Amino acid sequence: MPIVCTAGGPALEVGQIQRSDRLPPAPQGRTSTMDLLEYQGKQLFAKHGVAVPSGEVAATVDEAVAAAERIGYPCAIKAQVLIGGRGKAGGIKIAQDAEEARAYAGAILGMDIVGPHGEGPFRVDQVWIEGGSDIASEYYASVILDRGEKKLLAMVSAKGGMDIEAVAAEDPDALVKRHIDPTRPFDAAAARPIVDAAGLDEDVRDQAAEVLVKLAEVASAEDANLIEVNPLIVTNDRDVIALDAKVTIDGNALFRHQDLAEIADTADDPQEAMAKEKGLTYVKLDGNVGILANGAGLCMSTLDVVAQAGGAPANFLDAGGGSKAEAIVDALTVIISDEKVTAILFNIFGGITRCYEIAKGIVTASSQLNLEVPLVVRLDGTNSEEGLRILGEADLPNLHQETTMLDAARRVVELAGGMG
Amino acid sequence: MSIIVDNETKLVVSGLTGREGSFHGLRNRAYGTDLVAGVTPGKGGQNVEGVPVFDSIEESVRQAGANTSMIFVPARFAAPAIDEAIESGVDTVIAITEGIPVLDMLKTYWKAKEAGVRLIGPNCPGVLSPGKANVGIIPAQFFDPGKIGVVSKSGTLTYQIGNELKQAGEGNSSIVGIGGDPIIGSDFIDILKLYEADPDTDLIVMVGEIGGDAEERAAEFIAAEISKPVVAYIAGFTAPPGKQMGHAGAIISGSSGTAQAKKDALEAKGVRVGESPTETARIAVEVLRGS
Repeated sequence: MPIVCTAGGPALEVGQIQRSDRLPPAPQGRTSTMDLLEYQGKQLFAKHGVAVPSGEVAATVDEAVAAAERIGYPCAIKAQVLIGGRGKAGGIKIAQDAEEARAYAGAILGMDIVGPHGEGPFRVDQVWIEGGSDIASEYYASVILDRGEKKLLAMVSAKGGMDIEAVAAEDPDALVKRHIDPTRPFDAAAARPIVDAAGLDEDVRDQAAEVLVKLAEVASAEDANLIEVNPLIVTNDRDVIALDAKVTIDGNALFRHQDLAEIADTADDPQEAMAKEKGLTYVKLDGNVGILANGAGLCMSTLDVVAQAGGAPANFLDAGGGSKAEAIVDALTVIISDEKVTAILFNIFGGITRCYEIAKGIVTASSQLNLEVPLVVRLDGTNSEEGLRILGEADLPNLHQETTMLDAARRVVELAGGMG
Repeated sequence: MSIIVDNETKLVVSGLTGREGSFHGLRNRAYGTDLVAGVTPGKGGQNVEGVPVFDSIEESVRQAGANTSMIFVPARFAAPAIDEAIESGVDTVIAITEGIPVLDMLKTYWKAKEAGVRLIGPNCPGVLSPGKANVGIIPAQFFDPGKIGVVSKSGTLTYQIGNELKQAGEGNSSIVGIGGDPIIGSDFIDILKLYEADPDTDLIVMVGEIGGDAEERAAEFIAAEISKPVVAYIAGFTAPPGKQMGHAGAIISGSSGTAQAKKDALEAKGVRVGESPTETARIAVEVLRGS
């Protein structure tokens, strides 16, 4: 998942639009977000006073065994990947001794985990080793941004440790949902009724309310759009502990969280890594038609129209608002580095983007990159006449101009030939 | 008539002395928008091509009669700038800046609500009422005056559809880019209400995209409250499924947020949904002329 923030980048002039949120087409829409691994989430929890089991992260079997020896047995060895269903996939094991720790760490490190809805596979590069917890009860707690209501929403259930979506579907009353009033402090007194309504054990309600307050504090202080703890456990000693952590950070806010900005996200795909380095929003797809458009909406629409014309898009690439010529060179470099690409479609409708900048970028890229694949260009909007003139004068051999989006889509599909 | 911006609009641009702010602010003026002021703290007393610059928005309201504020300020400073606009006495704030932290916008949203100020955006292209006023970055040459009101999450996609309508000989009462961020000042429903009340709007085109449940909510609202025909387009059918970590998101909205779910929700309420921007424009023209 691309993180497209310019945190730590050069200072901006007043009036310059910060192009930090160029938008990946994820189902959650056009937000740049960063998911944290479980252990990173737990570190944030600990920073804000939410009790978590102590543990260590390890990238090799030897490191894992050494960590397990320090932590003691039984200990949990947990795959660190950004997908649910780790337990079912065999990514979480309890080791009773060093021999088991070695065996489990060896099996889990390097494992490919496929998500419950076929996502992935996600390669396990790190394991988190933590002390085993004795569990008296398993609850559920979350704090999440409700974009419809424009409030944070707190959710608590006494039925934790299982698929919460199923709980919500089968027994809606078991999941208590309350919005957090944005105009009032969210303190223990405000959290307590939620915990009461969820019917948690009486003796741990104060603790659970305190945890909920702290989770909301993590959301506000760390710019998290989603914090989910499943399970939130009660130990035999009646301590309330977060046994898991799912945290999603708002990418737009990374400029004020240096520690989080440093958590490099893994872009395994070479094109995505290159795009990330160049600050472009690029998502690789399976087809052979390279796509570049400006604006997330138009780019998504371009993918849809190419698919309708019988083509298979090779990527999503939003050149963003106000694209400069050099950004176009970078974008083309990324697109053609995917060897499957047999034709490229530029669909530009200029608002903030000045078309002559795009045209200059195309001309520069053609001379620099030795473009061998046909390029279909549809250029419309701000300064389009000048853009078209620049392209006309350059007289590029591989360039095909079309005036409408549909004609451009049909043309590029035709030029791309069979599915790559 | 038209909605949100018109001949009565007196515009103040925050960030007018910056490169993008001056480019688009002056473009808006060239279109006919009454650009009365710019604001850049510390640059009060200067002018940008004859437009006076003030230190604060409040000053521009008092001294130049500004009633609409456009925010062109870098993301990390934008929320305070929007807050300043909300408190300055203007009626309408149009925030173009993208990349504003969501939780900043959450606070700002409630400030606008409490103050009774209409906030459009952020991360939006602004509002254009063809023949009257343009506030934002919408290229006005692709839109003619007419009877179709447009409301859209996406900028460039809106230009695309407006252009198709123009080629078909139809125009727009207004074009409103509401922005695609998780927290926006005005949602589809807020704008649908305005179009319903606008005597110059005969048909509404709504442009949505994957993410959230604003389209699903709008579908319910259209069925209950909107008498004018609505035609929709949704982008993102081919978008790859991103990874979703927690399950909490789906529990809140009860919707998967996919393009198909939005299309289904709209069609279930009798809203026709085009397959492409071109087909959407064609349906809009067909419905407009048939009614």
